[in-house]
Amino acid sequence: MSHKITLKVNGKALTRTVEDGQLLVQFLREDLALTGTHVGCDTSQCGACTVHLNGRAVKSCSLLTVQASGAEITTIEGLSAHNAEMHPMQAAFKECHGLQCGFCTPGMVMSAIDLVENHACSSEAEIRAALEGNICRCTGYHNIVRAVQTGSAAMTAAMTASRSLT
Amino acid sequence: MNAPDRAVTSGLIGQSVRRREDARFLTGRGQYTDDIVLPRQTYAYFLRSPYANALIKSIKVAEAESAEGVLGVYTGEHFRAVGGLPCGWLITSLDGTPMKEPRHPIICDTQVRHVGDQVALVVAETYEQAKAAAQLIEVDYDEQTPVVDTATAKGATGVVHAEAPDNVCYTWGCGDKAATDAAMATAAHITRLEFLNNRLIPNAIEPRAANASYNPADESYTLYVANQNPHVERLLMCAFVLGIPEHKVRVVAPDVGGGFGSKIFLYAEETALTWASKQIGRPIKWTADRSEAFLSDAHGRDHATVAEMGLDADNKFVAMRVHTTANLGAYLSTFGSAVPTILYATLLAGQYATPKIYAEVTGVFTNTAPVDAYRGAGRPEATYTVERLVETAAKELGLDPAELRRHNFIRTFPYATPVGLSYDVGDYDATLDAVQALADVAGFAARRAVSEAQGLKRGLGYSCYIEACGLAPSNIAGALGARAGLFEAGEVRVHPTGKVTVFTGSHSHGQGHETTFAQVVAHKLGIPIEDVAIEHGDTAKVLFGMGTYGSRSLSVGGSAIVKALDKVIAKGKKIAAHLLEAADTDIEFEDGVFKVAGTDKSVPFASVSLTAYVPHNYPLETLEPGLNENAFYDPTNFTYPSGSYVCEVEVDPLTGVVRIDRFSAVDDFGNIVNPMIVEGQVHGGIAQGIGQALLEHGIYDKETGQLLTGSYMDYAMPRADDLPSFQVQTAKGTPCSHNPLGVKGCGEAGAIGSPPAVISAICDALGLKDLAMPATPHTVWSAIQAAR
Repeated sequence: MSHKITLKVNGKALTRTVEDGQLLVQFLREDLALTGTHVGCDTSQCGACTVHLNGRAVKSCSLLTVQASGAEITTIEGLSAHNAEMHPMQAAFKECHGLQCGFCTPGMVMSAIDLVENHACSSEAEIRAALEGNICRCTGYHNIVRAVQTGSAAMTAAMTASRSLT
Repeated sequence: MNAPDRAVTSGLIGQSVRRREDARFLTGRGQYTDDIVLPRQTYAYFLRSPYANALIKSIKVAEAESAEGVLGVYTGEHFRAVGGLPCGWLITSLDGTPMKEPRHPIICDTQVRHVGDQVALVVAETYEQAKAAAQLIEVDYDEQTPVVDTATAKGATGVVHAEAPDNVCYTWGCGDKAATDAAMATAAHITRLEFLNNRLIPNAIEPRAANASYNPADESYTLYVANQNPHVERLLMCAFVLGIPEHKVRVVAPDVGGGFGSKIFLYAEETALTWASKQIGRPIKWTADRSEAFLSDAHGRDHATVAEMGLDADNKFVAMRVHTTANLGAYLSTFGSAVPTILYATLLAGQYATPKIYAEVTGVFTNTAPVDAYRGAGRPEATYTVERLVETAAKELGLDPAELRRHNFIRTFPYATPVGLSYDVGDYDATLDAVQALADVAGFAARRAVSEAQGLKRGLGYSCYIEACGLAPSNIAGALGARAGLFEAGEVRVHPTGKVTVFTGSHSHGQGHETTFAQVVAHKLGIPIEDVAIEHGDTAKVLFGMGTYGSRSLSVGGSAIVKALDKVIAKGKKIAAHLLEAADTDIEFEDGVFKVAGTDKSVPFASVSLTAYVPHNYPLETLEPGLNENAFYDPTNFTYPSGSYVCEVEVDPLTGVVRIDRFSAVDDFGNIVNPMIVEGQVHGGIAQGIGQALLEHGIYDKETGQLLTGSYMDYAMPRADDLPSFQVQTAKGTPCSHNPLGVKGCGEAGAIGSPPAVISAICDALGLKDLAMPATPHTVWSAIQAAR
């Protein structure tokens, strides 16, 4: 059975007809060609498909598209505008060499931003515990932890700066 | 680590230039195989065997063929006329007979030999339709007794292949058996260990994927595939399996999400897709789901070993004797035969001047997924054998493990080992000294006392590894049974404006070649790194290539590029000589400028390149226009990275939980182009080594041959909270003596060096002689109880 849904993806309002069995990650990758969100497993363990749903990190392999009806979704493609500066967390991953093959990276970045915005993780142990749902096979996590710390500091500085302006 | 992002024109070698490929990966613009959707795309699903060993009595496909959306159903019958998958390395047994090479079918026709073996290919308009139709295929199986266990496979009740009734593929030897036995008989002390090197499942986070299409207009094929060596893939598929002309096949390995060896090999799936794309005349895509990847990717390790080391009264190593049974799985994968032999036994000297070594390896077939190269490939198994023997000998003799190592180090180079290698350079004292300082070994006793006071056990373990990388001198590899050359190719295409595109046969799937190789090129040509592009992974663009594995990319692939650069510079000198009205021999090239030695007459690189393409004032009678050079580089020896690792653990004796408190690594990789990338490679390698030591184990049920660790719920991948931050240093180093960059390779070291350090640390903490990998809390707790 198909359903008509309305939602926002990366700031853009969309109305689409989708099958009831379709996963959100399929909708993003196949219907919208947003292929930055990846599929690395079939048991909701690897976190490569992590996106933001109403500002919270979710694994888009574990939601049906219809469940996202009315929601605001942000994918890795929506973090920074075309030709614009990268989001501070993206920039931190580059600066700290927090990625190698790049496949887990979008999910890792989306989770990392969620940690900073919603969970106030700052110590290495807290960051490592909070990244438990994202598997990376390349980096050994060493530089990912540094990237999250660096990105977190940059995001906090940016938030402070914007508050002091208002 | 604060090098400029936009680096200047010289001095780029040795700088931690930030990676140029990162922008696309960080913004979701990478293009992996599954991201590619072609016009008129169709989708494939493979029906796989639920049994480990069974005869196929019949297959009924009529219902599937008529299911909605189905375009084709193909079984073993369709592939009977097509060749089997080839093995790239011939191993000859001690009795002079060649290894047993049973057919490795693309789709099984008469028998299935492991859970996950391919039984049928279904192609449909959508993946869901193909998958649903596959469930309508009726297969009548006659179950046979499976062979599962490595140590007992030889002569087991079950039989994997009729051609090998005792399940033995080969029994191979390395070294002088008689001399080793004689030396062992003189030993004052013999240390003996018997252990398993646990089966690992590689688990690149991008699952394998392929998208094959056929163009009837010119009878050509295009295959996109997640692969580490597209030219090798093409050669094997065309020449050995499908019999289609090589020049009619383009293989593209676009962005590839990790390999670790598992994407070297020619697999059944992409071969079947390429064949079927001609049958249906439309592109066919297949992407493994993770469960399929667990069942069908080539696995790693899986050895059962008995090893002995003899020492004389002065604690010098006099001999080493090793018997290993290596599980090859159900079929010989592309390099499966070579990994537990050529890449294993030849490394058993380690860093030590052990005069006599003999190793015997029995390769066995079992009803499990094929076993092949996984990060380190044979060298982790060799290092584990050597380093656990040395550590155990030290404990048995009451010696300091580091001092026993020093007492036996090789210190004269070149050094010919008794197992066939010639180490060119090395300084093992330097890395051991450095790691002892880095790990604060001096402070260990005080830290142990603090742990003891808290009821915890603290231990420290060493590992001093060596590996042979930079595969490989083709003539040596050929003499050892390789069926391929192992050189690398490169092309430097200078454009008229002085911008440069470099084509390399190496393939990056996380290693950062687009940055490292560009640093080398910009440094050598004295041009900005922004003026250099690196192209790889497409047989239609790159002249040839053997690909990336065995830590060979910079030492072999980079050397090919340097050779091509030398040719560009040599030709540029001739053009400059003409422009500057000087003799060729008087032209010097430095910092991007050609000049007449001892004068102020000069011409920049971009003027020379423009002249090459606009040859109005040009020596056309003696020199061709253009500035574009190819090179093939075949190394004269392996490279020998080495290093010393120290692991320090704290164990809770009540629960068996092991916490790695600190892990310190000092590696000698020779010269280093990008320290940031090198350190990242070491981090990742150590994580995989710790994974092997503490967490990961591919387990098949011994009765049924079912894979019990077939998902991330069951197979313990290292997560962020399983690992510490690492202390990693690269030693000043001994540059490789036989390649132009003096580099050795860094991709596998961490995975090779770390497992024995972890296990030795736990044994040290608990006073145990040995402990099985992976040292899970249950294994450790059980060992504690057994020792009581």
